[in-house]
Amino acid sequence: MIIKGRVHKFSDDVNTDDIIAAKYLVSTDAKELGSHCMETIAPDFSRKVSAGDIIVAGKNFGCGSSREHAPLAIKGCGIAAVVAKSFAGIFFRNAINIGLPFLELADTDKISDGDLVEIDLSKGLIKNITKGKTYQTQAFPEFLEQIVKEGGLINYVKRKKI
Amino acid sequence: MGYTIAEKIMLAHASMAHSGRKNIAPGEFIEADVDLALGNDITAPIAIEEFKRSGAREVFDRKKVVLVPDHFAPAKDLRSANQCKILANFAKEQKIKNYFEVGCMGIEHALLPELGLVGPGDLVIGADSHTCTYGALGAYSTGVGSTDLARAFIDGKCWFRIPPTVKFVYNGKLGKWVGGKDLILYTIGKIGVDGALYKVMEFSGPVIRKLSMDDRFSMSNMAIEAGARAGLIEPDGITLDYIKQTKNPRFKTQKFKSKLKNLRSDADAHYEKIYAWDVSGLEPQVACPHLPSNVKPASELSDIKLDQVVIGSCTNGRISDLRIAAKILKGRKIKPGLRLIVFPATQKIYLEAVKEGLAEIFVRAGGVFSTPTCGPCLGGHMGILAEGEACLATTNRNFIGRMGSPKSFVYLSGPAVAAASAIIGRITHPDNA
Repeated sequence: MIIKGRVHKFSDDVNTDDIIAAKYLVSTDAKELGSHCMETIAPDFSRKVSAGDIIVAGKNFGCGSSREHAPLAIKGCGIAAVVAKSFAGIFFRNAINIGLPFLELADTDKISDGDLVEIDLSKGLIKNITKGKTYQTQAFPEFLEQIVKEGGLINYVKRKKI
Repeated sequence: MGYTIAEKIMLAHASMAHSGRKNIAPGEFIEADVDLALGNDITAPIAIEEFKRSGAREVFDRKKVVLVPDHFAPAKDLRSANQCKILANFAKEQKIKNYFEVGCMGIEHALLPELGLVGPGDLVIGADSHTCTYGALGAYSTGVGSTDLARAFIDGKCWFRIPPTVKFVYNGKLGKWVGGKDLILYTIGKIGVDGALYKVMEFSGPVIRKLSMDDRFSMSNMAIEAGARAGLIEPDGITLDYIKQTKNPRFKTQKFKSKLKNLRSDADAHYEKIYAWDVSGLEPQVACPHLPSNVKPASELSDIKLDQVVIGSCTNGRISDLRIAAKILKGRKIKPGLRLIVFPATQKIYLEAVKEGLAEIFVRAGGVFSTPTCGPCLGGHMGILAEGEACLATTNRNFIGRMGSPKSFVYLSGPAVAAASAIIGRITHPDNA
């Protein structure tokens, strides 16, 4: 799977309250959640995103609460993938379970806001078209790859039962 | 090579799912059977939707599912009322006994231990990040998402990547006004909000052995604020006394007794890292905006003016927290113009606070005494901050906009500093109130 889009750059420790504030947790609708994505720290974010764009961030992305509304909001506003130096534990699980593509890359500092980037998910390759650089990320462990291939955790569990 | 307590619990539960698995190592993926699966009014509606969409009809074990509408309950508006109703309907339809309507409801992470629904050796998942609280009892207890919860509803299982364990040894003697909250804030201040990312924290040492269960809960509760998957304390006499007074019959069974056996880290267990600190002379700690790791001694913050003080939550809403606050507030008045909101974590604690006269102390001091709810902690209701306001809360997170306006400021502390600060109107060391 190839993802191509503009980069929206964020710093370290972007937390789930930043991604979707608690006052919006009275909805489970991805589109509605998406319209408020990152509102606390980047008020115009959802309006700036074009479908297929990519979030690039620092360490510990998605720290804080367990709200699955956070990856849902990211997906709902049109973001196709998240690249960060590291991900918080629960966000990591949620992204796998709902099928939000994400990649760990130690050197996200070299990617700038607005760069055009192409990601080859199966190879774990990130190509920065603007800067003419390519980065290799670590491939997913086999177990997680299986869940992603099945299209999320529930499908994976259903398939296993058959 | 021996195992840590966390690895032992994982192995015991993985061996059920993987029929006779004999060993385990950090980094490995396992599927394990959970003892309890918990959801609340924010996370369970998505889980219930996913459960139904999967075609499943019955939950794997109706005694092992717990639903607590505590975040926006008592319902703050129509949409949250509808979310609470999804839980109530599902509980009725699935005959789930452990559903707690307003009146029995308490903040989940105080309520479940109080009822003995969680205990040493258990493997617990909850669609709430502070599920790590039960680590204080010697359970492997961790926060997951709604889809994880839906999956557990279906077959009682969850996937885990075994985390490495980091050990924290606390030596010395704690001073007056210093408790579990100060220890965990100090720890997060030292290691940072990702200092234990995807690891298990194990709290140990002579200071922990003397710590009350309420203080231990405060510590394990905030393991997630350092990025940890769980924060465990080996069970001891204090743990056993606590579970005994829950009067839950499960703790008398042979099954539980065998779970308890050897439930401690082996002498040759592997730790990724060991921190050892002498905490004698440690001052009460405060986390400043906008991260729980931005920690300073309370006495250095006496110029911070406050608009609101909140005492409560799954971190510090237990009876001993309220007793500490009441001791300081007895016969005193809070600073005029400041709002003091006290919210006990459960109905049992509420009643104890009324009986002991603590509620009266808070009200006479000029505070309000609220029904149990997560409300103000996550900016839900019952104490939202306006633009430019500053609040000192005994809660667990001080992210930007956590309690309301993105232009408000949240400081975190234990109950003693919170009560003292409510009197003075500025962040105050309890000795100076």
